[in-house]
Amino acid sequence: MKQHELAPPISEAQARALRVGDTVVLQGTLFGIRDATQIALFDRGRTTRFDLSGHALLHTAPNVRKVPASPEHPTGYAPVCVGTTTSARMERFTRPLMAQCGARLIVGKGGMGSASLAAFRELGGAYLAVIGGTAALETAWIDAIEDVDLDDLHPESLWRFRVHDFGPLRVAMDSHGGSIYAAVDAQARSRRDQALAALGVKAR
Amino acid sequence: MRIDARTIEEAAKELYIRALKILPDDVKRGFDALAARESSATAKDVLGTMITNIAVAERSDSLLCQDTGIPIYNVTIGRGVDFRAEDGTALKEAIRRGCERATREHPLRSSIVHPLTRRNEQTSCGIGVPVVHLDVAQDVDGLRIEMIPKGSGSENNSWLRMALPAEGVDAIKAFVVDCVLDAGGRTCPPTIVGVGVGGTADLCVHLAKRAATRALGTHCADAHGAKLEDELTQAVNMLGIGPQGLGGDATAFAVHVELAATHITMNPVAVNMQCHSARRASATITAGGVSYGF
Repeated sequence: MKQHELAPPISEAQARALRVGDTVVLQGTLFGIRDATQIALFDRGRTTRFDLSGHALLHTAPNVRKVPASPEHPTGYAPVCVGTTTSARMERFTRPLMAQCGARLIVGKGGMGSASLAAFRELGGAYLAVIGGTAALETAWIDAIEDVDLDDLHPESLWRFRVHDFGPLRVAMDSHGGSIYAAVDAQARSRRDQALAALGVKAR
Repeated sequence: MRIDARTIEEAAKELYIRALKILPDDVKRGFDALAARESSATAKDVLGTMITNIAVAERSDSLLCQDTGIPIYNVTIGRGVDFRAEDGTALKEAIRRGCERATREHPLRSSIVHPLTRRNEQTSCGIGVPVVHLDVAQDVDGLRIEMIPKGSGSENNSWLRMALPAEGVDAIKAFVVDCVLDAGGRTCPPTIVGVGVGGTADLCVHLAKRAATRALGTHCADAHGAKLEDELTQAVNMLGIGPQGLGGDATAFAVHVELAATHITMNPVAVNMQCHSARRASATITAGGVSYGF
């Protein structure tokens, strides 16, 4: 179990160095994406002026406050609450995010499936788990909303955050086929009969 | 006491914000109970982070979770309320205004879109939203409004099965276990697993939601339902899904069951889940003023 500190953009080698069970703390740039952002990019042919190559993408749609633009709040948005949403809904976008945009790390909660795991393995990436529903802590790791694109999709815009000590995040899926979620799911399903027996139900 | 629209509007606004910031005491106690008996080191650590988050949110007047949810207001007209025909519409409009104001004035993220165009009006409102349920009760003093910002991570884990009478209670039990397995970590466990049993299809799902949003430590009013709650709580916590689906004992705070009678040909069961950020707030409005709680 290693502890990594990463300041994206990172290389494929850096992504492949991450193993399930390791922890990661992110510094610097973190992008925020959501369902509508990825539908716009991959289903509707829209493009972004951001270069996501080598970057970490957080599954989020933040609560923000409109403020006068300033060096502290260059976009005119101050973060009110930045948390993490359920990643599994966005399963089909992991591969295009990596293959077309060069993303390396997905930061989310609840885990992703076999298509994402295959993309991490083939293209060199990893899934970093936030503890979902702990946004009061997470917001404190955000220094500023540096930039925003596709803001007509607000709050599901493409956000560029500047973060400090973002984590520790758990490496929950890696580029070597490891997935905590798959392991926990397999174990839980192996206990189904036992749970049904405790309920007096004959397993079917 | 007559219904005063301005008081309702103010309470509706205040309730939305309070619910997003202060977790009910019963849920805090639920966390302590799970943490005390957790055997996995990872799960203990995850639960510890969640408990810290609750304290930090309260101390720093911050939102517990970024998901502002689908706003639900459960209104109970109790004793001493002079409720007239025109008051229903005025009350619903006042709640909608309060919900909009919370979104604009705090500000909060509007999580509500048109279901077909996906357009977000940035008001937390839309067709049929906020959801407002009106009910009457003799054991409530004044007007009670319960606000639930229902998170989507858990709401997306909702199921209905129109089982057959020949499948019996076994079908209900197996269905609940399978729903918890299918939800895995996506529903932000530890959860409150709400189970509706009986009724019509729509009532069954509504019962599941009521069960999922009931205070921890409360039990189904029906003795058979209460027994089923205990059995299912033990069973789902044997699965080892754990907090956030990362493994551990604490998969659910509890399984809650709500019942309604059903048809001789029917055996419906519904599951609706509540995430660990099991948020709710309530206001009681009497001639003496407004008091807030859970």
